[in-house]
Formats: sequence, C-alpha cells, structure tokens
Amino acid sequence: MSDPKIEGYEFKSGFKGMAADAGSDQTMFKGVHWGKAMMWIFLLSDTFIFSCFLISYMKGRGSTPIDWPNPSKVFALEVGGVSVPLLLIAIMTFVLITSSGTMALAVKFGYERKRKLCGWLLLATALGGLTFVGMQAFEWSKLIHEGVRPWTNPFGAEQFGSFFFMITGFHGTHVSIGVIFLSIYAYKTFAGHYDTGKRGWFTSIKGDYVEIEILGLYWHFVDLVWVFIFAFFYLW
Amino acid sequence: MSDEYDSNKTIYQAQSSETISGSSGTVSPDMDHVRPAEVSEQDLYHGHSFISKWVFCQDAKVIGVQYFLLATFTGIIGLILSWLMRLQLGYPELASFMTAEHYYQFVTMHGMIMVVYFLTALFLGGFGNFLIPLMVGARDMVFPYLNMISFWMFFIAVMVLMASFFVPGGPTGAGWTLYPPQAILEGTPGSGMGIILMLVSLVLFVAGFTMGGLNYLITVLQARTRGMTLMRMPLTVWGIFTATILAMLAFPALLVGGLMVVLDKLLGTSFFMPTMLKAGEILEYGGGSPILFQHLFWFFGHPEVYIVALPAFGIVSDLISVHSRKNIFGYRMMVWAIVGIGGLSFFVWAHHMYVSGMNPWFGFFFASTTLIIAVPTAMKVYNWILTLWRGNIRMNVVMLWCLGFILTFVNGGITGLFLGNVTVDVPLSDTYFVIAHFHMVMGIAPLMVIMGAVYHWFPLVAGRFLDEKLGKWHFWITFLGAYSIYFPMHYLGFIGVPRRYFEMYDSPYITSATGMNEFISMAAFLVGAAQLILIYNIIKTLKIGKRAPKNPWKANSLEWHTPTVPPEHGNWGDRLPVVHRWPYDFSVPGAKEDFIPQTTPPSEVVHTEVEKT
Repeated sequence: MSDPKIEGYEFKSGFKGMAADAGSDQTMFKGVHWGKAMMWIFLLSDTFIFSCFLISYMKGRGSTPIDWPNPSKVFALEVGGVSVPLLLIAIMTFVLITSSGTMALAVKFGYERKRKLCGWLLLATALGGLTFVGMQAFEWSKLIHEGVRPWTNPFGAEQFGSFFFMITGFHGTHVSIGVIFLSIYAYKTFAGHYDTGKRGWFTSIKGDYVEIEILGLYWHFVDLVWVFIFAFFYLW
Repeated sequence: MSDEYDSNKTIYQAQSSETISGSSGTVSPDMDHVRPAEVSEQDLYHGHSFISKWVFCQDAKVIGVQYFLLATFTGIIGLILSWLMRLQLGYPELASFMTAEHYYQFVTMHGMIMVVYFLTALFLGGFGNFLIPLMVGARDMVFPYLNMISFWMFFIAVMVLMASFFVPGGPTGAGWTLYPPQAILEGTPGSGMGIILMLVSLVLFVAGFTMGGLNYLITVLQARTRGMTLMRMPLTVWGIFTATILAMLAFPALLVGGLMVVLDKLLGTSFFMPTMLKAGEILEYGGGSPILFQHLFWFFGHPEVYIVALPAFGIVSDLISVHSRKNIFGYRMMVWAIVGIGGLSFFVWAHHMYVSGMNPWFGFFFASTTLIIAVPTAMKVYNWILTLWRGNIRMNVVMLWCLGFILTFVNGGITGLFLGNVTVDVPLSDTYFVIAHFHMVMGIAPLMVIMGAVYHWFPLVAGRFLDEKLGKWHFWITFLGAYSIYFPMHYLGFIGVPRRYFEMYDSPYITSATGMNEFISMAAFLVGAAQLILIYNIIKTLKIGKRAPKNPWKANSLEWHTPTVPPEHGNWGDRLPVVHRWPYDFSVPGAKEDFIPQTTPPSEVVHTEVEKT
C-alpha cells in the first residue's frame, strides 16, 4: 500500500519512518482513520482475553488427574457407518475462512463505491458467519446428546467439557455479534448511508465506507482466533 | 552560600538539555511555522436538553466530572467500611453489632471499592476524561458516544456492586482477591448472590472501562493538535496514557478469571476447584487448579497497582513543576521511566504468591524483576526532588500535597523492598506490615496526588479557588493522621499480628497490640472525618469562593489557555490552539515572565534561552 499524501509531511521508509511518525505531531499512525486505530487497540485487548482463555485451558488440561479425551474420537462424525475425524470442523473452518475472503472483497468494492456489490458481499459474509454458528450449535448438541456437560464428561476429564463450551461459546458470541453488525452494515450499504454520509442512529457520526473496513478488521480477527482454537482443541 | 546562589541560578536553569540559541535575536520568517492540520475538524454532537447536556452527555469534561463524583461516592462508602473495621479492631466492645462475617465482608468490599471503583475510576475516568482532550488540544475524545456509554456502564457496575449489600447473605467476604475455592463455597460470607454480583459488577466495569480506555488511547495517539508531539505532552497525559495501556492488557485476565469463577459457581464447572472434602463427604468439584486463578488475578492485580500509580506520578510531576516554577528535571527520563515501569509491571505478578506454593526459581525470577522496578521508580523520585531543588517554591496547599506524596511514596516504596525479597516476605506476609506497605504506596500516596490535583484544577472546573486555610487544615490532619495510622502498623506486622483477623484472641502479642490498635482507630476516625473539610470547602467555594482569573497558577499547559474559563463544549472556540513548545518553560532566562505558555510562538521569545523541544 502506498503512503497517504499529507501536506507538509515527508514520509520516510523503514524504522526511521516509524520513529519519525512517532515523533511527529497530531497523529502517530499517519493517514489512519481514528476508528481503525481504535479497532486495532480493541483487538489487542481482545487478544489478551483469548490468550488468557487458551493459557488457562493449557494449564487445566495439563493438570487434570483424569485423562483428557481423544479429540479425533470425540469430534468424529459417522458418515455411512465410517467414523471420519474432524469432518465437521474442517467444513466449519473452511466456511469461516471463506467468509473472510468475501469480507475483504466487500471492503475493496466499498472503497470503489460499488454499493450493491459491497452490500451483497457483506450479506454473504454474514451468511458464512451464520452457517458457522449453526454448525457449532449442531456440534454442541451432538456433544450434549452424548452426555458431555460443562460439569461432567463421559469420555474423560470433566474440564474438557468446561473449557470446550466456555471457549467455543465465547468465540461463537464474537461471531454472532459480528453477524449482527454485518447485517446492519449491509442494510446501511444498500440504503446508501455510506455514500450520502447519513449520520448513525446512535452515534450521530457521518457514515463512511471506512466503517466497513473497521468491521472487516474485527471479522478477520475472529477468524484468526478460530484458527488458534481449532489448533488447540482439535489438533492437540 | 547566599552570594553564590544568585550568580549561579541561571546556570542551573538552562543546563539540563540543549537550548535554542536565541541570543542572536533574529526573527526569521518561517521560525513559527507549524505544518497544517492533517485531519478535518471533529464534528461534535451538542446537547440541547438538560438530559443530553448533563446526564447522557457526550462532553468529555462533563463525563470526567460524573466519573469523579460517582467514584467519590463509592470511595466514601469504602471509607465508612474502613471505619467499621477500625471500630471492631480498636474497640470491639463498642462494635457488638458486628459479627466476624460482617468484618470479612467489609474487608472485601473496602479493598475492591478503593482499588477498582474509587482509585482506578477516579484517575482514568475522572482526570483522564477531563484532562486528556484539554491537554493535547483536542475538542473532545475521538468517540464521544462510546465515552458516554463508558460512564453509564460504570454507573451500572457500581449499582450492581451496591446491590450486593442488600441480597440474602450480603456481599462477598472472600477478601478482595476473591480466591476460589473458598470464595464460592458455603461457609464464606456472601458465597451465594454476593460473589456473583461482585463478579458481574467487575465484568461490567471492565467492559465500560474498555470503551473509555480506547478513547483515551486514540485521543492521545491520533487527535493531538498541531505542533503537539508526544514529547511535548504534559507528564499527566503520559501517566494516564500508559496506565490505560496497562489496563487494556491487564483487565482481560480479571475478566477471564471472573467469568470462570462465575461458571464454577453457577454451572458447577471445576476450573479452579480441586477435589475437596466437606463434613466427610467429597464435593462434586474436582480436578481444577486454584493456583491458576491466583495467576490470572495477579496478572491483573499487579499492573492494577501501576494503573493507579502512573497517573499519580504524571499529575504530581506537573503540579511540582508548576508550583516550583521550574521545568521538570529530566522530562525524557520521566517519560521513559513511566513507560518502563508500565512494561515491567507485567513481569512481577507472582511476588504476590510467594507463599502460595511455587517453584523456588519462580520466586527468584519474580523477586529480581520486582527489585528492578525500583530503578525507574527511584529515578522519578530523584527527579521530583531535583525539580524542587532551587525552585521558586510556592508553599500552597497543592505543593503541600505534592511534598506529602513524595515522602509517603518513598516510605511505601522502601517497605516494598522488604516484601519483594522472598526470604523477607515469607515471615511478613499476611501481617499488618503488608497492610501498611500497600496503603502507604498505593492508597495514601495516590490519594495525596488526587487531593493536590483537586486543589490545583478546581479553578479550571468551577472558576473559583478552594479556600487555602481550610485546605491547610485538611492537609495537615490527613497527612499526620495517615502516618499515625500506618506507621504503627509496620510495628504490628513485625511482632506478627496477622491481617484479616476479626479479633486477636489471647495471643502473646495482644498486650502490645491492643493500645496501638486503639490509637490507630482513633487516628482513622479523625482522618476520615477530616475529609469532610474538603467537602465543606467545595460547597462553600462553589457559593462564595474567590473567583479565579484566567490561568491562575501561571501554568503553560493547554488546559489553562482555553478561550472561556471554565472551558465550554468543544474546548477551543473557533480555532484549535497551535503548540510550539513543551509545557515546562518556567523561569526561562531572558523571558519577560516566569512562564511561556505552550502556544507562544518562537518569534516572541527570541531573546531567551528556551529549551529545544
């Protein structure tokens, strides 16, 4: 990406450029919308939340007196009488990563003022998120049906159920919040709020396509977190 | 000595760093140039009704005052709880209405209220909201709506916390550290609704704080005015900014730990619950790790100490500089010390857990990091003292609080060296020595800064001076009283009086401890009551106080240079200020007055030896 043009400010490259930006007045991140910077800082904080969850999980899994259940058995699906490990989760991960792709395209077409295309891509992203949450609900109900609960687990250590439901639940909440915002933003895009600069209902801030990019940051983050959860729960 | 003083004075003033050679006295046409604005003007939502102007207000200054008042309200509740505790400890025969359960509940609520709902909310929510936009030259926080929600989340958090006093079983009595398993097991007071409401309130507080904290950080990073570089910001802003970063990274651990305790309590999970026996029967819980909670809690808990301390460091630096008419000694060193303390504070948490059972090498590591923090902290203390040295000190109430702070902070810091070393800590842990240490270093010391800041900035908020005479009474009673409370506690700790005990029973140290406990309690009642002087002073001042002129302390930083006093919504009228220098150009040799505001362009001060900033 090329640097933005700022009157009276000369961009330098590399670490010298970073130091010069940090030492300059007005803004630290040149040409970056405040909302984008704010989302990045929020995501940094959220990273610490998920890190605390996952580190607690590692500690909990490492110190249970009863053995941890075997993930390739617990998470397997029966297809035509054959037990296929990690089938559902592979599909879920694929759907979520794909929705990241549609999100990135929505941001691109938003900035290119292709309003309708941007809106449809946002809806596709929301649909991807919804599918993910739906499949997660299916997996939860399958495990609950087999007797796994937050406080008990027929396959081994009871902490398995506790950590699994808590962490995937927390992540699923993130996805659901993302879906809600994607739907609202899709509506706002179709209605042209970002083209006319219509003020937000609550915030009274003028609409701008940068909002879609900010939501995109959040959505990519939620996907990235899922990759870690996937690795720690399903592959370990 | 006195002859030498005058002749050398100018040399001490301008020696500390590079100066612009202004003696040539030439005014070049582009010397006042500041590059144009990068971002367009912020468009603000102006309230029209009483509700949108004063209740659900989006003006950071009003939100700051709201935070201040609500935090003070909870602080007064915390103070009353401490009175009840002192009544029990000093005069148990008068406190027959109190049971041991009540005592534990009061200890817990006092601790949590004072640390989180009073000091954190007051420094970051109160001073942060009021001062950051004014000091960096912004019209408001970057996202005023979110800022407003932040306060109302805090309001709900406080209401939930207060509600826990009225539920069956009362508030939690687990100690402010809320350690499971005991926090959620029957037998601990408030192990039912009390602990749940406490944790819900904390989660709400963290959510609300995150909204505010994002605003503080981004306002500092992305919304400074023209000419305001990071290294021209007042140290107040640096302190609040760094503390906010700490909070954004430390509160997640509390949030996660809190959620897991709630699940242990409500769903019967066993994150923190090992296999336990109760009345001969094995409980349903099993396989969890109580130490894990301690790690999560103190990963939050130790940075929390610096979340309270760093804004205090920053504010006191500004107050000392203004009221001794000298630039702050070693500004850059002060900034890096704040940042360094902030960074190190994430690597010391397990010094709260020396007696919890850890690998001895961990104790070695955490003792080392803890003692390393003393280096930047000591640098700051030296710099405050060197700022005062040969300054033109105004011995007013603000300065008294600052001096009180330095003394108290050094005192509390030195006892910290005792507790930071594993071998010394083990016999002292869970005694009154610990109480004395942390009350000195993170209770009284930041409180003194708050008091100084109230006397300093009150003319800006209300346009009137607080009464100096009442202020001096307030200071001396609080200062001497606080020492009467906490000095004897060091001794109580050395003779082994344990903390959090409801009564002392027939222990061998009872004879020497009883008289001292009565004395401490008397002092505590007096100090608490002395705070009424401040409240009276504020009410009196609002009605008949002396009107403050513009910039009454002759300070340089931007908040005193708004077109209207008190500043209105949008802060700066038609035009944003343009900054040409740091806020510490006091007593510059050659200048007409002993201060040069940040907005003064270089062409007006060509004959002076101003610092190059």
